[in-house]
Parts: sequence; structure tokens; C-alpha cells
Amino acid sequence: MNRLPAPFLAGLRHRLFWPCVTLALLCLVNFYFNRGFFDIEIKNGALYGSVIDILNRAAPLMLVAMGMTLVIATRGIDISVGATVAISGAVVASMIGGSLVIQNGVQSYVSNVPMPLAILGALAVALLCGLWNGLLVAGAGMQPIIATLILMVAGRGIAQLITAGQIVTVYYEPFFFIGNGFLLGIPVSLYIVAVVLIALLLLIHRTALGLFIQAVGINPVAARFSGISARALVFWVYAFCAVTAGIAAMIITSNVKSADGNNAGLLLELDAILAVTLGGTSLAGGRFSIVGSLIGALIIQTLTYAIYSLGVPPEINMVVKALVVFAVCLIQSDALRAMLARHVLRTGEAA
Amino acid sequence: MTVEPILVMQGIRKSFPGVAALKNVQLRLFPGEVHALMGQNGAGKSTLIKVLTGVETPDGGEIRLKGELIQPTCVGEAQAIGISTVYQEINLCPNLSVAENIFIGRFPIRGPAIDWKTIERESQTALAALNIHIDVTLPLASFPVAIQQMVAIARALSTAAQVLILDEPTSSLDEDEVERLFQALRQLKQKGMAILFVTHFLDQTYAISDRITVLRNGEFVGEYAASALSRLDLINTMVGREIDEASYAAETAAQTGSVAADPYVSACGLGSTGTMRPIDLDIYQGQVLGLGGLLGSGRTETARMLFGIDHTDSGTIRVGGEAVKLNSPRKAVQHGIAFCPEDRKTEGIIAELSIRENIILALQARRGIFRYLPKRLQRTIADEYIQQLGIRTPDAEKPIGQLSGGNQQKALLARWLATDPKMLILDEPTRGIDIAAKLEIMELVKAQCRKGLAILFISSEMSEVLRVSDRIAVLRDRQKIGEIAGKDADEQSVFRMIAGAES
Ligand SMILES: Nc1ncnc2c1ncn2[C@@H]1O[C@H](COP(=O)(O)OP(=O)(O)OP(=O)(O)O)[C@@H](O)[C@H]1O
Ligand SMILES: [Mg+2]
Repeated sequence: MNRLPAPFLAGLRHRLFWPCVTLALLCLVNFYFNRGFFDIEIKNGALYGSVIDILNRAAPLMLVAMGMTLVIATRGIDISVGATVAISGAVVASMIGGSLVIQNGVQSYVSNVPMPLAILGALAVALLCGLWNGLLVAGAGMQPIIATLILMVAGRGIAQLITAGQIVTVYYEPFFFIGNGFLLGIPVSLYIVAVVLIALLLLIHRTALGLFIQAVGINPVAARFSGISARALVFWVYAFCAVTAGIAAMIITSNVKSADGNNAGLLLELDAILAVTLGGTSLAGGRFSIVGSLIGALIIQTLTYAIYSLGVPPEINMVVKALVVFAVCLIQSDALRAMLARHVLRTGEAA
Repeated sequence: MTVEPILVMQGIRKSFPGVAALKNVQLRLFPGEVHALMGQNGAGKSTLIKVLTGVETPDGGEIRLKGELIQPTCVGEAQAIGISTVYQEINLCPNLSVAENIFIGRFPIRGPAIDWKTIERESQTALAALNIHIDVTLPLASFPVAIQQMVAIARALSTAAQVLILDEPTSSLDEDEVERLFQALRQLKQKGMAILFVTHFLDQTYAISDRITVLRNGEFVGEYAASALSRLDLINTMVGREIDEASYAAETAAQTGSVAADPYVSACGLGSTGTMRPIDLDIYQGQVLGLGGLLGSGRTETARMLFGIDHTDSGTIRVGGEAVKLNSPRKAVQHGIAFCPEDRKTEGIIAELSIRENIILALQARRGIFRYLPKRLQRTIADEYIQQLGIRTPDAEKPIGQLSGGNQQKALLARWLATDPKMLILDEPTRGIDIAAKLEIMELVKAQCRKGLAILFISSEMSEVLRVSDRIAVLRDRQKIGEIAGKDADEQSVFRMIAGAES
């Protein structure tokens, strides 16, 4: 049997190998049906194209997936991120509100509360949601899925209360910049993702945070016995996750220029969990990859894009999505790959 | 011999990335014999057993059971053909009840439902055969490691058909329990069962086994009749060079030098309702305080209280003369206390993290999140301890879970030595460590002690406690019943003290 060269094998074994392959395959499928898929053009000093569009639309999911990765790495799960998005979206929209004022023939936009204050307020509310989750999980020792279920159920009600059951529309042009604007030709939302990503990667690789999170996720008892304050760590991880949901809410609200307590961030928690899994982080906790989760988020968005651009009838597009996700998970399953390898070996021996 | 061997393994090879764990190993088991498999840490004993029972697939070689070629691919398959196993790391389900653990996978059915009555009754009998009387409906995790080990053994005994394999079953058992296990083994042997037994205790090897197979560095060294191989020869074949147990023992017994006037840690009336009666302990720098006592006497509980794991509701602790409240391991670590727990799998190692990360973990935890040790420094520290403690691994980046049991134990010791502690609590530190390494490690600990480390030493091997301790606090029924100076103590006096408290 001729062996494959070592670096190639190492690449095969790299954790991001399969997520990258999946993403590339999906892009190729898109390219097959739409030759202009990879085209990027410059209009009014801004980049346009399918790829840019996918990146831009994936931004909220990428943000939430980053927070979710840390939660999952500590053996937890946070199913309240969608509700958190709804709450902070409602807060920012009703704080800004806004109206068009014409004074002396000059148009100007006026917000109820200064925009930076409104954004800070909304993020603080998101943080509060996270502290609540953290308190239940790390403080009271509740099962993460139950603990966050509380906010998941209650959160949309709270959002409705804030918006008085209405969809709150924002009339304040500067706010739209976050979700629709461009800076140096690149969507603003991508800068936000980049800033959070870089900050997070620095924290993970330049401090002991990554090591501690993994230790707690793999063996919480041993981690505690080594002197790590596992509870505080878990507490803050939930807080961080909620803040990423808050940031995502800013982008989403700004993008659709309104806050809808019922539908903002709907099912976002499931997509985020899926993104994390597709990125190669195990739900059992421990080893994790932030970059993997970003790729996972892009896989989901590219898939959605493909389904729409192929004109799959809307009634069945969830089914198609489910099938593809199922296939991707199968490809990434170690057990299945080992089984296939054994099968190939056996047939190889027999021959 | 006229009898045919029931099990023959031949030319077994198995490699892991970077390690050849087994190179052309052979093994024969005869019905009605106890066969000891001996070798240093990392020699390949557990791997051989895993290959035999289908946990690992061999790279080459053949296994014959009663002359027939077998190739088990999972534990269930091995069990179905009559081979049952107790693995080195207890692999039961901690949250299931004891009875469920004993019967898992073969629940008796009566009518449409599982017959719980039978399960409970038979579990009780299986454990009673080992003289263990506990409530079998409680979850396994609520019992100490030794009981868990006995449950694993009871499970294997009750399923064993032809071949029984025990990988270091006695590592956390007391002498009494070992004796009970041996009685059970002798009965099985009489019935014609073949038993493979791994241990690092030479006394046990000679007490029970008929023949011995020795492995060294993954190679088969030889198969001997136990009666024809002297203790010294056995050690020398295992280690591959001359080692004199006696000279080591003499050296370690040398009393330690200077002792501080005041204790480093002093517990006064420290207790916890329901688990420990109030206890007074003084632990001096430069001294080893041994905890003597039988299983369940409260040795581990004492250690856990001192390390801030278990809640205490009475008494005070002074560290370096200052009254402190140790309510979490973090606090204890910050006060220079270190704790090597007895159950390395669930309380010690972080299996998927590398040896390097495991070694620096406690040091990093003490420094906090932001004062991150640079990778290069981490590597230096890890390499230094790998070398100093003789941890057998190709490099420090291997996941610690892939090390052999004894080497994991050494890495855990390294984790705490790296923090440069003032007091070290060792709960069964030599559990699963081979005889040469045990002597080396105890020597190393003694050397640290001479440099001013205070040590609290717990071991189920009374002789070991006696050998290393300057003073021995004797516990019984979760209560301290007295203290003896190490030089005056022998096993008799300790046991007399325990027995005396009984009347
Ligand atoms: N899953 C694995 N992956 C990589 N290496 C492994 C794995 N399992 C065992 N090894 C290596 O194989 C060698 C033999 O290990 P094994 O566990 O069989 O030793 P052992 O004789 O049982 O030692 P001990 O007395 O310490 O239990 C060791 O060097 C170990 O690091
Ligand atoms: Mg072993």
C-alpha cells in the first residue's frame, strides 16, 4: 500500500478539515447553479456580490455562535439567545424610536435617547440576561438546558412587554448604518464580527482562559481540585454569550429597522448550536474551536442561500436544509468514518 | 504440563502513534490457575488486556480460546465468549445504582418487566461473597473508590465463565479486602477458571499466583513458575537492571532533618456533621504526617476538609499561624496547599488535555487567568518534570489520557510539585505505580520534605505509611483515636490501637 505524505495526513486529521471541506462543497454547488456566485463588484464604493451577501447575513449568527462555543465548551448550552436578541432588540428600538424633523427646511433625525446610550442600555440588558442564566447554572447548579429554558420562554414575553405588543419601527437614519452600512467598501457588521473575534482569540490564546474553559468542560471536578474557580468561569461564560446575542440584536434590529418581539432571533439558538457542532466542537464539552464555529455559521448561511437561489419551494426548504445538515453531520462523525475505514480495509485485504 | 492452555495469545503487536506498546507479546492461560502479568508502568499490560477483550484492535498476532481463533471487537463480544474483565480504570456508571451496575446489560426479565427484586437480591449476594454489605440501591458514586472497585470485581465475578481478567483490582483496597478477594479467586480457581491478574504489589503476586508473565517496554521477557522466581529476580527482570528494594527502603526510612517549631497547618476541632467528627491535626514543615486507619476510617475525608473541598461546620484551621477559612480548593491552593486526590480518573486528570497542560494547570490556576505562563515556559516546566519523574511518553503534547495508569499518577504529582507548595496532601500517591517508580517517587517526596515541605500522607498500605511517616495519626470510624511517633510504630501497634478503640 502506498502511503500518503505525512503533512497531507496531518491536514486530514486537522479539526477544521471537514468543516472547510463542507463549506467549499456548498460554495461549489452554488457556483454550479450560478456562475456569478464568486463575482464581486464595486457599486458606489461598496463591495457587492453573493459571497459578501452571505458574510453579511451570517454576521449575527457568527456572533452568537462565538458565545455559544464557550458555553458548550464548558459542557453547557444556552437556548435563550434568541429570546435575548428579542429583548435587547426591543430595548434598543424603543429607546431610539426616532422621528424625522424638518426645521427651516432642513431634515434631521432625532432619537428619543442618544444612540450610544440606547445601544449601551440594550447591551446592558443583554448582559443582565446572561447574568441571570449564569446565576441559575453556576450559582444554583441547575441543568443548563432547563436554566436557559426559563429565559427562552419568558424572554419573548418580556420583549412584548417592552414594545407593548407592537412591532416598534425605528426612524433614525444613523442607526441603520450598523446593519446596512459600509466602511471602506466592506459591510459594517463584518467589522463588528472581526472585533469580537480578535478580542476573543486574544483572550483565549494570550490568557489562560482557553485552558481553563477546556479543563472545566472536560473534567469539572478535577479542574476545581486544581484550584480553578470553575463556578465563576461558567458564570461569566453565560454572561459573555448573552452579550454576543445583544450585539447580534443590534445588527438584526438595524438591518430590518424594527424590533419584533415575536420573531426577532427566532430559532437563532438552534442555528447557533448547529454552527458550533458543524465547526467541530463536541456538545460533550472540552476542546473547542471559535474559528470552526464561524465556519459552521457560514455553512448554514451558504446552505440557506443555496436553497433560496435554487428556488427550492418554501414549503420544503426546511426539509432540504435538514437533509443537508444530516449529511454533513454524518460526514463529520468519527464513528462513521472509522466504520468506513474499516470496511475499506477489509475489502482491501480480501482483494 | 498435560493440561491444554485455555487461552493462547501469540505474536501480539500493537502500536499507537509514537509508541510501540506491544511488540511480539505472548501469553498462555491454563484453566485453574492464577496468572500474574507483571511489568513496569507503561510496559503494555493494560494494552495487552484491551487487545484480548476487544477494546483495542491488535496490529498483528493471534488469540486462541480453547484452540479456536477469536477476534473480539467489543467488550460485550468478549463477555459472550466467557472472558470478563475488570479494567484498571473503573468503568462503571457512577449515577446508576450499585445493583444496576452489577447487572447492566443482562437484566433478568420477568413477564413484561425487569425483575428488580432478583437484581437487588443477587447483587447483595454477589457483594456479600466479598464481605461487602451496602445498600445496593444507592448510586455507585456515593461510595468510596475502594467499594466501587469491589463492585466492579463483583460484577466480573458474577459474569465470569472461563477467563477472568483483573487489571490492578487491588490498588485501593486494604489488606482485609484483598484477602477476601483472594478467597473468592481461590474458589473460582478450584472450579477451573483461568484468572489473569495484574498488580504492582509483589506480596500479592506471590500470595496468589501460580505463574508469572513479565513484560518490559512492550516486549515479552519470559514466563515463569511463581515458585521458581525469587522476588529479587522478578524485580530485576521487570526493570531490566539490578535494584535492591532493601537499600531503598533503608534510605527512605532515614528520619528527616530540621523541623519547624510551629506547625504549618494546624487544624483544631475540624469537623463536619455527618461525615467527620472533630479532629485535631498539626502538620509541620519538613515532616511527614501519616494517616493510619482502615477503609472508611475518614482518611480521605480529612484530606478533603483540609483542602477546602468538603464543607466543615466546626473547628478552625491555621495556616502559618494565621486563622484562615478554607472553603474552596482555590483558597487552599493560594495558601500553598496541594492535594493529589486518590481517584485520578475522576478527580485528577483532564484526559483530553496534553501532559504539558495537565502539569501546569494548578500553577496557572494559582497565577490566575491573566498571568498566562508563556508556552515556552510551560514546555520547560513539563519537560523538566517528565524527566525528573521518569514519565514514559514520547513528548509532552500527548493527551494525558493516553498515558499508562502509573504515568498519569506521576504527571499529577508533577502538577502539584510545579506549584512549589508548602504542604502536600498525598492520598494514595503510589496507587498503580510500579515498584521501582514507587521507591523513586517516595524518595523524591522525602527530598522535598527535607527541603521544608509539609506532607500529609495517606495510603492503604500500612507498611508504606510506617516507612515514610515521622508521625502517624490513627483514625477509626471517622474520628482520630491517637497519634504515634513514626519510629516507635509498627503495624502491630497501629492495629492494636485501632482494635483497642473498638472495645
Ligand atoms: N490510547 C492510547 N494512545 C496512545 N498511546 C497509548 C494508548 N494506550 C496506551 N498507550 C501507550 O502504550 C504504552 C503501554 O501502556 P499500558 O497502559 O499498556 O501500560 P501498563 O503496563 O498497563 O502500565 P501501568 O502499570 O502504568 O498501568 C504506554 O507507553 C502508553 O503511553
Ligand atoms: Mg495498566
